[in-house]
Amino acid sequence: MDMIFNIGKSGRKGVTIPAHDIPSVLNIQEKLLRKKKPELPECSELQVIRHFTLLSRKNIGVDSTFYPLGSCTMKYNPKMNEVVAAMPEFSELHPLLPQLRHGGALTQGALAVIYETERLLSEILGFAQFTMQPLAGAHGELTGVMMIAAYHADKNDKKRKIMLIPDSAHGTNPASAAMAGFITKTIKSSNDGGIDINELKTNLNENLAGLMITCPNTLGLFDPKIKEACQLVHDAGGIVYGDGANLNALVGIIKPAELGIDVMHVNLHKTFSTPHGSGGPGSGPVGVVEKLVPYLPISRVVKRDDGTYALEYNYPKSIGYIAPFYGNFAVILRAYAYLLSIGKEGLRRISAFSILNANYIRQKLKAFYHLPYDKTCMHECVFSAEKFLERGIHAVDIAKALIDKGYHPPTICFPLIVKEAIMIEPTETEDKETLDKFINAMIDIWKTINENPDKIKECPLTTPVSRVDETSAARKPITSI
Amino acid sequence: MPYIPHNKEEIEEMLVACGASDLDDLIKQTGVPQANINLNIPPSKSEFEVLEHLKRLGSLNSNNLTYFLGGGYYDHIIPAVVNSVISRSEFYTAYTPYQPEASQGTLQALFEYQSAICRITGMDVSNASLYDGGTALFEAMTMSVRISSRKEVIISKTVSPIFREMIRCYSSNLELSIIEINETEDTKSDINKIIENISENTASVIVQYPNFFGTIEDFSELCEAAKRKGAIPICSVYPICLALLKTPGEMGFDIVTGEGQSLGLPLSFGGPYLGFMAVKEKYMRKMPGRIVGLTKDSKGRDCFTLTLQTREQHIRRENAMSNICSNETLCAIAAIAYLSVLGKEGFVKTAELCHSKAVFLSNLLSEIEGVSITNKDNFFNEFTLKLPCDASEVVSKMIDKGYAAGFPLGRYYPQRKDELLIAVTEKRKREQLKSYVAALEACIWT
Repeated sequence: MDMIFNIGKSGRKGVTIPAHDIPSVLNIQEKLLRKKKPELPECSELQVIRHFTLLSRKNIGVDSTFYPLGSCTMKYNPKMNEVVAAMPEFSELHPLLPQLRHGGALTQGALAVIYETERLLSEILGFAQFTMQPLAGAHGELTGVMMIAAYHADKNDKKRKIMLIPDSAHGTNPASAAMAGFITKTIKSSNDGGIDINELKTNLNENLAGLMITCPNTLGLFDPKIKEACQLVHDAGGIVYGDGANLNALVGIIKPAELGIDVMHVNLHKTFSTPHGSGGPGSGPVGVVEKLVPYLPISRVVKRDDGTYALEYNYPKSIGYIAPFYGNFAVILRAYAYLLSIGKEGLRRISAFSILNANYIRQKLKAFYHLPYDKTCMHECVFSAEKFLERGIHAVDIAKALIDKGYHPPTICFPLIVKEAIMIEPTETEDKETLDKFINAMIDIWKTINENPDKIKECPLTTPVSRVDETSAARKPITSI
Repeated sequence: MPYIPHNKEEIEEMLVACGASDLDDLIKQTGVPQANINLNIPPSKSEFEVLEHLKRLGSLNSNNLTYFLGGGYYDHIIPAVVNSVISRSEFYTAYTPYQPEASQGTLQALFEYQSAICRITGMDVSNASLYDGGTALFEAMTMSVRISSRKEVIISKTVSPIFREMIRCYSSNLELSIIEINETEDTKSDINKIIENISENTASVIVQYPNFFGTIEDFSELCEAAKRKGAIPICSVYPICLALLKTPGEMGFDIVTGEGQSLGLPLSFGGPYLGFMAVKEKYMRKMPGRIVGLTKDSKGRDCFTLTLQTREQHIRRENAMSNICSNETLCAIAAIAYLSVLGKEGFVKTAELCHSKAVFLSNLLSEIEGVSITNKDNFFNEFTLKLPCDASEVVSKMIDKGYAAGFPLGRYYPQRKDELLIAVTEKRKREQLKSYVAALEACIWT
């Protein structure tokens, strides 16, 4: 295998660096000098480009193929957003500039982008205020639960340490709650996959800090009991955290705050079209209702009466600094551009068409794949491959077979409450022909499972490598050369 | 309607398949109590109009300043290759590489990134990135608490105040005791004082290299003293300096983190940036974040996969090493593209230019009456200048002359109101350095 470290030749150079226009000096104590130069690649510029271009071709992205990865909202990433993010007027701006004396005047455009995006999100979700600082979804979760901790501490209610989390939740929920010092307690889902109100009631006491819920839930279903659950938690003195991973089903239809959610993160890299970047950078802004506003992180961007924007720090109850500056600004910029282009009319269409696409797939495939919760879904539908186990086929085998059909597979084995789950989220940006072809591919795979399951076990055959041995990788990890 | 492809006939056909009369009816069937809300949002703009709008906003920023402003975030050259690589949509429109057969490109690029980080820092194992330098340092600190089962952390005030504020914020619910040790007057870490404070309760000792004032120090003795008492030495490092300077690995650090913005990422008003973390092998299984490993496919060929995933929240949930899910993969790919195209020579030459120019500037500045370099002869590319007046006032005047002159230290170190932190990168030209000195002299004395 050709690694970047072994394709060059000693002494070969890549990009040219400016020549010295001042005397070259090394004014550093001998004992602090490195004895050997770091062993970095020695390639020509073309070799570097060719290497990474070849690598990119061993990948698939939304631009290459349908990517119905449930819970991840792999919608189209508009190219306009990339143009905006690369504008030197924004990309060359140093984040410490507005912290200099009178520095706010130097960055009015950038501060406006942050402020206006905050206002747009607050309106869409129904919250009093947003912070744009969290650097990813899980980082937003941590910010949100830290604000819950600060709220209870401020009320001198220090016993409130229990965070309730449904068994269907994303794994980041309990991990974030634990990092904020909470003791997590799992509550079982009811038979319809929603919140079990009776089980919730048994946990309502003076130790309750809050409830973390996902709406729609991880089955892609809207839980009609959500309002009641929020009310019960409020009555018991708790705070409701909303995981915004599935917001693509709600924008323009309902404001999450009106359901009773007090604090919620949104993933700009899901609902608001910013690219996933092979696993980041993301952005996870957090919205709050009025009673949690004092605890928002600092700094905050404010708009003064004269129409100018400024940074403010004087919020004594704030949880403090969760990010070095103002969030993943270039990601916020992309989401702002997207929101401007979507506009008022477009927001509802995002959710309406993501719901239409998901239900179309659900209806067309349910004769072939088991649907454990057969209800009208929102933006995604969850099938189960459990019935194929007797033929030796797992959800993972179906995923690998889909790769050979030219698709990125759906999310598998999540949510944990569905055995051998296959979670399909088509998003609103996919056309009907693409969905029909995908449905046919799924039906083809179903036929092969019934006729010749061994063939499925061999997949994928069309990829640069065949099935990967993950077990031995973990036993004796080799993580660098 | 932007980005939604359905025509009228298709909508009809799909609604029939779903058993709904119209979209409102379909939404109602999901059980949502409302189907439409009136939002106070401006109407949709065309692509052209959005770009015009953002160009106008962009023009409201000050875009012609010459930067001598650093503080951990620097204005370095970004070779064109970097953007070319990360603009490949197979990289930027993909998700996390959970399906290794369809993600070998991302996985190999991350493996190469991990290798480069190890080679630069002199460490054994790197993860595949964290959010930024501050969160990476916090993750290192909690890692030390997990490993040692101790609850006390010593951190030198020479560590970036931005990072220290983040650590303070994240630690507020974790029942940890954080001891901050003042810097010496000449901007060094007070190593003796730090060593005095290490006890059997100390989980880790945290320092920065070069420190926030730009000062470089040998921490070998500190690392040894910490380890003798079972505490873990942690260092936050600026990666460019490691082209020339002794590595944290050689000094004896067990965990190294840092802000990777300098490795090919634009300043972008605060992000996205790149947190990196590398550790000694014995701590590999305690490290947070994704890690890519080399393995074999079913036909015995070499390939890559995410490994040691049992540490992560998908499996361990509340007992996970960290809550991080998305990290900064594309930024890590930018970093390996940057390091590859600079290459062994270019990386060293970049560092030499930064250092030489900083020394050149400091020598010129020393000639100004009433001005002195606090960490003279002991810095890499950023140094602290003591002025005969308030530094933030001088910076304010310098802006009118077209310079972001540096960072006034009074904001974080109240006793250093007359000190200015000045950064120099390879982008600054001789003429700019000279005219900066003249401008600064004028601002101080007129």
